[in-house]
Amino acid sequence: MPQYPQYQLKAYRPRMSAYWYLDQWHYLRYALRESSSFFVAWFCVVTLVQIAALSAGPTHYAHFQALMKYPAMIVINVVALGFFLLHAFTWFNLVPRVVVRQVLGKPTPNILSSAPNFMVWFGASVIVALFILGVF
Amino acid sequence: MSSAKRSNEPIVWFLFGTGGFFAAYFLPIHVLLYGIAFPLGLLHDPGYATTLALLEHPLVRLYLFALLTFCFFHAAHRMRLTLSDVLNMRHLNTILAFLCYGGAIAGTICAIWLLAVVP
Repeated sequence: MPQYPQYQLKAYRPRMSAYWYLDQWHYLRYALRESSSFFVAWFCVVTLVQIAALSAGPTHYAHFQALMKYPAMIVINVVALGFFLLHAFTWFNLVPRVVVRQVLGKPTPNILSSAPNFMVWFGASVIVALFILGVF
Repeated sequence: MSSAKRSNEPIVWFLFGTGGFFAAYFLPIHVLLYGIAFPLGLLHDPGYATTLALLEHPLVRLYLFALLTFCFFHAAHRMRLTLSDVLNMRHLNTILAFLCYGGAIAGTICAIWLLAVVP
């Protein structure tokens, strides 16, 4: 009589729920942070449309301005701003994790690496805003 | 010549990383002004003439070119990974890569063309 093994070896295939990102807050935060990319693409396209409208003349630019006033458009852009802020905060807080930072053999505090980014962000925003508002 | 296949990760990561900084530094103020404050009338919209004068400056166009290009590639890379990881679309990796990076290349070409034809 041939001896059959009682158990057959099978490759381990972990089962993952389609909604795995809802299992833990950390997973959801990861999924939300990565989803910011869709809004980055969205607003880049909006900016392309704006440049095209500017080139096409005042009538087209008025259409663009009217388009941006649609309630749905404003809602999408408010959501986009939320995602951009999430992206900015997580991105700047990532810097201390990827740069080598030591003073006298001791690692410097995280805030020393991330804080300059927040300052550059603030400065860049003010400068861009002044240009856009026509102050310069 | 070595037949070893070279990874395209460094170039993709360079574009993704740089785009991440551009998106974090500059996009919030753009969407806050053009997407929220001007349409709602919270701030006075400088209007067509002022905005066109701004766009006519070569450095502004260079800025917009860099912003749009890096942000498009940043978004493309992250969208590809988000779709394949979060929505379990890993089996469509080749199509996703083609669509995402192809879209970023198309966006870049659009940006170059639009910024070049500004009157």
